[in-house]
Amino acid sequence: MPKPKMPKSAPSLDMTPMVDLGFLLVTFFILTAKFRPNEPVLVDTPSSTSELLLPEKIMLVTIDQDGRVFFDIHGKDVRREMLNGMIERHPELKVTEDQMKRFSVMGMFGMDLANLGNYLSADESVRAKMDQLTKGIPTDSLKNELSEWVQEGYEAFMIDAQNKGISIENLREDEGLRYAIKADGATDYEKIEKVIDIFREKNIFQFNMVTTLEAGVDISADSE
Amino acid sequence: MAEIIESGGGEKGGKKRPKKGAVRMDMTPMVDLAFLLLTFFILATSLSKPKTLEIIYPKEVKDETEKTKLADELATTLLIGEGDDYIFYYSGKFDPDTTTLIKSDFSKDGFRKVLLDKNRSINERVFELKQDLNSKQLSKEDYEAQYKEAYSKIVNDEQAPFVIVKTIPKSKWKNVVNAMDELNICNVRKRAIMDMDKQEEASLEKRVKELGLPAPTSDNSND
Repeated sequence: MPKPKMPKSAPSLDMTPMVDLGFLLVTFFILTAKFRPNEPVLVDTPSSTSELLLPEKIMLVTIDQDGRVFFDIHGKDVRREMLNGMIERHPELKVTEDQMKRFSVMGMFGMDLANLGNYLSADESVRAKMDQLTKGIPTDSLKNELSEWVQEGYEAFMIDAQNKGISIENLREDEGLRYAIKADGATDYEKIEKVIDIFREKNIFQFNMVTTLEAGVDISADSE
Repeated sequence: MAEIIESGGGEKGGKKRPKKGAVRMDMTPMVDLAFLLLTFFILATSLSKPKTLEIIYPKEVKDETEKTKLADELATTLLIGEGDDYIFYYSGKFDPDTTTLIKSDFSKDGFRKVLLDKNRSINERVFELKQDLNSKQLSKEDYEAQYKEAYSKIVNDEQAPFVIVKTIPKSKWKNVVNAMDELNICNVRKRAIMDMDKQEEASLEKRVKELGLPAPTSDNSND
């Protein structure tokens, strides 16, 4: 009986489809991954067991360890509208079209109005230095700029939503603006309370506190 | 795609023989790299999303008579002082002469045990609700909706204990978040956050001295 012929070389597997798929996925993830925007301050948020994700449409107030306040709002058009509103309030604030464009794509900022113009025209390295030196957005009752930003931000968001044709009902449900506070764990509570009080004056009572995830706890075993 | 078929090359001169088989490229390193990148991006994209803790602050109530009256015996007050790793609590109404503040912390056997104990009946009901709904085999949306409704009914029960978190200006933010988190874990929905009274503050300071606790450290470790 003739022996079946064995192939001499090792059997080779065609890996091409797998490689194709692999690279397809890599490309997908590279393209969908969002780069974290340049953050002017480093904030070490406290941890919690909450698994709620941060909503996308948010007004974010960041408070660092020294109590400096930074402001951010979601959306290019909203930011543009908001800055326009601020210019209306403060005619002394002169912003060129170039600066406006920059502001609309920028992340959070922590400048008082007097320095905002300079900040917007400065280049990356100067800006980083200004971020380090800034005292944050003023929140004291004499010059409460944060309160104005919050007001203008909210109005800008509503105008933008109207332009996009989002109905009031949807705005009330899940497409509305949420208010997030991101503060360092070592910040004194009075600093945070000050910011919260500014929101409360505007009848905003619900906040999303940004935290990092900590291992969950299941208490049901204990309660038996 | 991965095979390069050699043609020509060996024809000139007739000395070299054309190779019979195709040249195979070893793709393993490339595949390794591709999957390494893939893994990285998969993990990096889903893990970097920040989580949030929802806190609802009460409306400012100016008029004393408008304040909701709650039974004192259901109240637990948590005092968050300057200290990093200790908190104090007392039950019921505050009396500067008789109330002793009990020291606790945010560890597993600390304040959580106290809360679980006080909130036992509510927790049992939540647990039963979960089991009940699980046995019904509902779709995810139905489950969420039913759970939400029943849950809010249970935790807002008239007899449910409530917790007041009191702070001083120098309280650390992470302790406030920790406190809120503990309340979430223990299903305590009736809660309030407010500033500490002068009397309570004095009593807290006295107690800290009595116990000889270390002064608050200024390092910023997050534990």
